[in-house]
Amino acid sequence: MNAPDTASRFVVPQKVRFDEPIRLTSGAELPAFELAYETYGELNEAKSNAVLVCHALNASHHVAGVYEHDPDNEGWWDNLVGPGKPLDTRRFFVVGSNYLGSCFGSTGPASINPATGKPWGADFPVVTVEDWVEAQARLADRLGIERFAAVMGGSLGAMQALQWTLSYPERVRHALVIAAAARLSPQNIAFNEVARQAIMTDPDFHGGHYYDKGVVPTRGLRIARMIGHITYLSGEAMAEKFGRLLRRGAPGFDFDIDFEVESYLRYQGDKFSTYFDANTYLRITKALDYFDPAAEFAGDLTKALARARAAFLVVSFKSDWRFPPSRSREIVRALLDNRRIVSYLEIDAPGGHDAFLLEDERYHAALRAYFGNIEL
Amino acid sequence: MRADLAAIVNWVPQGARVLDLGCGDGSLLRSLWQEREAPGYGVEIDDDNVIACVSNDVNVLQVDLESGLSLFADGSFDCVILSETLQTIHRTEFLMREMLRVGREVIVSFPNFGHWSARVQVALGRMPVSPSLPYEWYETPNVHHCTVADFEDLCRRMGVRVRERLVMHEGKPVAFLPNLLGSVAVYRCAGD
Repeated sequence: MNAPDTASRFVVPQKVRFDEPIRLTSGAELPAFELAYETYGELNEAKSNAVLVCHALNASHHVAGVYEHDPDNEGWWDNLVGPGKPLDTRRFFVVGSNYLGSCFGSTGPASINPATGKPWGADFPVVTVEDWVEAQARLADRLGIERFAAVMGGSLGAMQALQWTLSYPERVRHALVIAAAARLSPQNIAFNEVARQAIMTDPDFHGGHYYDKGVVPTRGLRIARMIGHITYLSGEAMAEKFGRLLRRGAPGFDFDIDFEVESYLRYQGDKFSTYFDANTYLRITKALDYFDPAAEFAGDLTKALARARAAFLVVSFKSDWRFPPSRSREIVRALLDNRRIVSYLEIDAPGGHDAFLLEDERYHAALRAYFGNIEL
Repeated sequence: MRADLAAIVNWVPQGARVLDLGCGDGSLLRSLWQEREAPGYGVEIDDDNVIACVSNDVNVLQVDLESGLSLFADGSFDCVILSETLQTIHRTEFLMREMLRVGREVIVSFPNFGHWSARVQVALGRMPVSPSLPYEWYETPNVHHCTVADFEDLCRRMGVRVRERLVMHEGKPVAFLPNLLGSVAVYRCAGD
């Protein structure tokens, strides 16, 4: 694999506006909205080589490459997407789409509510994975993509990929559903609720209307992020990374940082609270909690997935306890019941839920092989 | 192609839905698709084999056979294949029952431990090593060796009907004293 020169890695984020109102699952309606996205590679003449990459909780449409003005800001899936990489942008036209309600450029709680001329704040509606897919479908229309060669994502991104195959079965040829669950477990929801409570009980939250108060509920966001991080890593990965190393060489017998892992969590929490919006965080965790395509079929996932027409690649990681392999196998079982084309990989990687973001030889070799067999 | 696999391809009806357990790099499934238009899935545990299956455009599911076939519904396949894998399975009877549950028909091939060369080596006080049993005792993945007679006993005990049997040596059928002269056995079975 040749390392592409820096200039060829430059990408420019783009934004598209839709003036047609969008009706949301909750019943609320947005009169208009914007969606941020990036693209990599070229759409071929037959428009048959488009791949949509959906992002997870805290990421954005910046999937790959770097910005000219910010060359250190590498896309979150840059190890996978690019020229000569497993999802090869010399062959595929890759679209990284942000979701509705995000704080990275798409219309969200920090955007101006046209009805009041002030930021939406707490009044921004709760959005769902189905709503995100609706918004992304409009982006696909605008880009002239009738049918995606593949829709892929990890974690919450995988939920969007799965939902794409249900909302628009004819528009998805392949779905890559990675580190996924077809619905959250009560334990998952419990973690989300603790994160939300941390934010909402922060005195700087002001019921969600903090933008015009000149404050941000950073303490809540910090704790929310710390909780999240614990669930993204496996116990094994934490032990490997931090052990019981003492920051100061000996116990301090105080409440300053003793162990490395505390330092790591504080650092991650601090960093997150400077760039992520609390109202967005509340809404994403709700979107996760609500996602359950089987709900309208009395919990029968087989019936729920009967609509899907895509060929599937489902990937899970053994050390992922947030969405463990058993959750992916539920999806595989339902697809097999429907006689869908499906392959399933269970990768013995130590990284926990975050393993889907990391470079693992087997994982990347399998994705490279899978994309290599997609006909254009 | 391995002789037992050629026999299996012959036994699989046109367009049958097949499940190949321990499918390796997926070449049997590819042949079945090319020669019999039989769509199917493979089950495989080894990472390199799973990646090879994906490269070969074969549907593959990375799960452990020892934990059963809970991914698959009752009677969801016309044919369930276990080629040269039976001898590596710990829970043999459990897996046989699972195969009969998900498939209308089961095809099993295994190295025959009753072949004379194995008998001679054991008689001389050694664990057998041969083209069909290529491993030294300390490195073999095999845990449950059996002979043609042993396998048929198990079938009888489980109420499994043997529909067809092919015992071979060096790729050729062995009709005379198969448990002594055959090194590989292939069975086509069904439940009651």
